[in-house]
Amino acid sequence: MSKGFDTFRDMTRSKLKTTWRRMKKSKSQYLFLLPFLIIFAGFYIAPVAVSIFYSFTYYNIFQPPIYIGLRNYVNLFLADEVFLIALKNTFIIAAITGPIGYLASFVFAWLINELPKTLRTIAVVIFYAPTISGQVYLIWGIMFSGDAYGYVNAFLMNLGLIDSPVQWLTDPNYIMPVILLVILWMSLGSGFLAFIAGLQGLDRSQIEACYIDGCQNRWQELWYVVLPNMKPMLLFGAVMSITQSFGVADVTMALAGFPSTDYAAETVVTHLIDYGSVRFDMGYASAIATVLFMTMILCNKIVQSLLKKVGN
Amino acid sequence: MTKRRKKRQLGRSTAGNAAIYVFLAIAGAFMLLPLVYAVSNAFKPLDELFVFPPRFFVKNPTLDNFADLFTIMSQSWVPFSRYLFNTLFITVTGTIGCVIITSMGAYVIAKGNFPGRSLIFKIIVTSLMFSGYVTAIPNYLIMADLGWIDTYWAVIVPAMGMPMGLFLSKQFMEGIPDVLLEAAKIDGSSEWATFWNIIMPMSKPAWVTVIIFSVQGLWNAKASNFIFSEELKTLPYALQQIMNGGVARTGVASAVTVIMMIVPILTFVLSQSNVMETMASSGIKD
Repeated sequence: MSKGFDTFRDMTRSKLKTTWRRMKKSKSQYLFLLPFLIIFAGFYIAPVAVSIFYSFTYYNIFQPPIYIGLRNYVNLFLADEVFLIALKNTFIIAAITGPIGYLASFVFAWLINELPKTLRTIAVVIFYAPTISGQVYLIWGIMFSGDAYGYVNAFLMNLGLIDSPVQWLTDPNYIMPVILLVILWMSLGSGFLAFIAGLQGLDRSQIEACYIDGCQNRWQELWYVVLPNMKPMLLFGAVMSITQSFGVADVTMALAGFPSTDYAAETVVTHLIDYGSVRFDMGYASAIATVLFMTMILCNKIVQSLLKKVGN
Repeated sequence: MTKRRKKRQLGRSTAGNAAIYVFLAIAGAFMLLPLVYAVSNAFKPLDELFVFPPRFFVKNPTLDNFADLFTIMSQSWVPFSRYLFNTLFITVTGTIGCVIITSMGAYVIAKGNFPGRSLIFKIIVTSLMFSGYVTAIPNYLIMADLGWIDTYWAVIVPAMGMPMGLFLSKQFMEGIPDVLLEAAKIDGSSEWATFWNIIMPMSKPAWVTVIIFSVQGLWNAKASNFIFSEELKTLPYALQQIMNGGVARTGVASAVTVIMMIVPILTFVLSQSNVMETMASSGIKD
């Protein structure tokens, strides 16, 4: 018994020793990584840990935090009706814009890839431009403006489809559809670029082989050759689109106001901003952030396991 | 060439191709129209902005809106050039730091052999999911502890450690042949010399891409939760204040939008071939 333990201990000790020796030998490599590691740990990892820590406290910045256990989480799910609206809206936005944006990114990339080179470059710029042009989505606010000068209202009135202007951005019935449209418009993110690049790097001979082996059409080519080869890009795109679709806030605040009418456009992130930057209830805001973070990680795990099945 | 044509015939019909072109044209129009509308609005004189029914395209283009913008800007007690300087300083410093720091880290994770390498990379990949909002509040508390509130550093330093930058560079650098690095080592090149003379020139597409992402982020940074002194505020913040001016500022607001979108779109157009080359190795392997 003790002899077995001794060998085990010796083994771990010698293993630790070799690791330590290897670590000492790669000192210069650690130095290369050090600047990144300090910033990364300080401003990306530590905040998540700090957030989880404060989510169990009552903390208003001015007084030291008080430990209150799970009370923030209990309030969040049982007492805060606005949070439930926010959660519902976020899930609707994520469930619609996430998969549609992701699929659209792939379909557009797949189709654009077939174009001749110059046309392809132009198409890439056009489809990617809404994502990178900053606050240009504010233009939708003018297009959907609630008076007769709003372009959409005027257009529909001209056609005789409506006879008085629709309050697109203040009527709770219309806020969400308009916001979904705008988010979809700017949802072809870095995943789209990764897809295009991946498709261009595809080995043409594999596609030929597929037809020789009996592929009948483009769909079979897609399923048996293109998708399996694109798996790493698909995974990258999924991570990007999950992050994007759960983090919606800027667009809703800019278009529907903050807070929006009847909280019709409240999302988890705007709720977080409300408690963090307006009410200074940092503990509660941290609990919201933690819930959001856990949801995103969980969602990502699900998508990853789904993507593993692609092409099998 | 003949080979290519033959391939096209496989499973691809002319009707199908035509359908694809039509579909892409419609989708492209949907993507492009709001941008065109913004540009067109920026050049509309006042009477055309409030004409009923509203016109999509401008009839008598004018630069009035841009002139108005500069008038408003010169009336504010912090000169316009100060906002521009702030944003330029943040963007340039942050981007240079970001390229060097993420490339250095990416190099040793891609080509090094130190213990803990794959664990660190796994954490970085997970962190690609952190939305800025999740970390905003604790980041404020950390900045306050460091005494960085109301300084440029609160914006610049976190941007220098962009996980996406390290991720893309590392994926790209893995494609650089080890033979080159071994040859350099035999020639007695130090780790830093190898990095600077071999890795950096060869991974140009990667760091050009990092520049694009970094510029996009910093150029649009409002930074309003870290910076409170008016003379340190950024251009997007100042422009947003102008846009909040209401209906009377509709034309000026469009001019602002156009100015803000030019820089990111232009940088992307100029570097898109480099970006594509980098994104080709962006995949996450499991």
